Amino acid sequence: MSSTTSQNAVGRGRLAALQTWIDDRFPMTTLWKSQVSEYYAAKNFNFWYYFGSLALLVLVIQLLSGLFLAMNYKPSSAEAFNSVEYIMRDVEWGWLIRYIHSTGASAFFIVVYLHMFRALLYGSYQKPRELLWIFGMLIYFALMGEAFFGYLLPWGNMSYWGAQVIVSLFGAIPYVGDSLMEWIRGDYYISDVTLNRFFAMHVIALPLALVFLVIGHVIALHEVGSNNPDGIEIKYVKGPDGIPLDGIAFHPYYTVKDIVGVGVFLILFSLVIFFAPMMGGYFLEHANFDPANSLQTPPHIAPVWYFTPFYAILRSVPNKPLGAALMGVAVLLFVFLPWLDRGKVKSIRYRGPLFKFFLAAFAISFVALGYLGMQPPTPTYTMAGRVFGTVYFAFFLLMPWYTSIDKTRPVPTRVTYHGH
Amino acid sequence: MGIDKKIPVAVLAAVLAAPFAVQAAGEAHVDHAMNDVGNRASLQRGARNFVNYCLGCHTAKYVRYNRVAADLGLTEKQLTANLMFTGASPHDTMRNGMSPDDAKRWFGVMPPDLSVIARARTPDYLYTFLRSFYADPSRPTGMNNLALPGAAMPHVLWEQQGTQEAVWEGEVDAQGNAQKHFKEFRLATPGKLAPEQYDAFVRDTVNFLDYIGEPVQLQRQSLGYKVIAFLIFFTLLAYALKKEYWKDVK
Repeated sequence: MSSTTSQNAVGRGRLAALQTWIDDRFPMTTLWKSQVSEYYAAKNFNFWYYFGSLALLVLVIQLLSGLFLAMNYKPSSAEAFNSVEYIMRDVEWGWLIRYIHSTGASAFFIVVYLHMFRALLYGSYQKPRELLWIFGMLIYFALMGEAFFGYLLPWGNMSYWGAQVIVSLFGAIPYVGDSLMEWIRGDYYISDVTLNRFFAMHVIALPLALVFLVIGHVIALHEVGSNNPDGIEIKYVKGPDGIPLDGIAFHPYYTVKDIVGVGVFLILFSLVIFFAPMMGGYFLEHANFDPANSLQTPPHIAPVWYFTPFYAILRSVPNKPLGAALMGVAVLLFVFLPWLDRGKVKSIRYRGPLFKFFLAAFAISFVALGYLGMQPPTPTYTMAGRVFGTVYFAFFLLMPWYTSIDKTRPVPTRVTYHGH
Repeated sequence: MGIDKKIPVAVLAAVLAAPFAVQAAGEAHVDHAMNDVGNRASLQRGARNFVNYCLGCHTAKYVRYNRVAADLGLTEKQLTANLMFTGASPHDTMRNGMSPDDAKRWFGVMPPDLSVIARARTPDYLYTFLRSFYADPSRPTGMNNLALPGAAMPHVLWEQQGTQEAVWEGEVDAQGNAQKHFKEFRLATPGKLAPEQYDAFVRDTVNFLDYIGEPVQLQRQSLGYKVIAFLIFFTLLAYALKKEYWKDVK
């Protein structure tokens, strides 16, 4: 792979001739080298660095399983619920395709949350990776939209009322709220029209946006280079050959390593699909096996687990417009991390105790809010939601202060790596 | 081990434990059905109970007769002789002849379709529900249900179970209002079945409802073992490959 195209063309016959033919018309070999076989990443990637490639894998899994579901699903209020059961019972392998897709939705968020947490641990959003981070956040927002639109499609009662609750959040916007809600639903209530347009958004608009954003994310990544657990820019220490001393080629080193991650991920993924597809009511909710009923709410309405941290923030504010605004801010704050963080180092390994404390408090609050968002509201839970919500916001809003006064440790010039 | 390396272990443990950790809080008491969809004899008895006692009013409109026969190990002859009373063909789904208008007139509501009722309500709830009818003269059917107060459904299995009465405990709360709490059921009139036999009867029926909620569950796990065995082999191979390549990385 490392020798030039023309040299290879002599000895390797027809395949090489084809390669030359293509390269004269399309930069195939150049792209492969610059993006894959001669893209150098730090050699000390750890556990946290599997989730980028896994997110890409889950995206492909969702696109493919979604394609086959769309062949059998009917986006109409009269037929949607029936067609899902038809897929589960009468379509050959339909049950497997559907469980792959429903489990994939939750897996996507698990992988993306871990991927985002990695960025917090190692300061991967810091200069020069601000745009890379913003691309990532746009992917996350598109993913939230994709999940929201997709959740209406089974037309179960939780689909119906979940959509009702989320759409009603837009009604909290002063002056335009009511007309905005009508515009989103295309009707005065969640109806056949709403289902049809949510289907269109779910299978065309947002997947397309996701794919383009992912391409932008990877281009930005390859422009600035990957961060690493030490938060060191490896491109500043190069060998005589111009290759970073701490860098290794993405292919073959990280391709073979990521495949191990893929294997472990697929084992966990399959455990859910084959042995606990409902995941105890967290991945597929019990109330969603009742067909949508505009006259009867489920006993307890809560969004799926991946939205519950933000839902808990919404619920802990007694004033609805303010709660909805705070929920929106809670999601958006991530975008500003590159400018909120005034730390002199990137990685948690060289950060001071203040950052470690705030990050731990934030992680605990995020999980706690997620739990609270699933529970029926009680005064105690609401109070707990306020406490954890305050910690959540404090992590972001106090960041300029605690990162600038924190006692950081000196960062070495070379990455920490112990060979095997 | 650095702080950034310890977190993954904790996170993975928490994620894997999550489904076991939390049960929806504040729900009424439910008994455990202890049903086993792998028990074919129980499923066959449950199918018999279902067509005899449920299908008259409820449907299972997504469930095909021939799928049930195939999964329960019945021949087409056994199927048509024992489980099909409605003149349907084996390719049909389980429906009944009751019109929605009649249903509304008789019960006030359309009896729900039972295809996925076990997934919506859980087998434990159904098991509890079918054993929680008690005499209540204030209700139109003369019966009420502790698991679903004011249930429109009459006690269809009264012949089997007999008639239960609810025993209440009274107390006066701090505000001086009388409160009553359920204490226990007392069998006022015995039915055809002894209490343990009735529980088994209900368990079989719930087992069948559990099965029709997701017929593929009978096959999905055995496929799962094969898939995971392959994936473990694949991952070990991938790991060996990774080791080999990474030998050069110093």
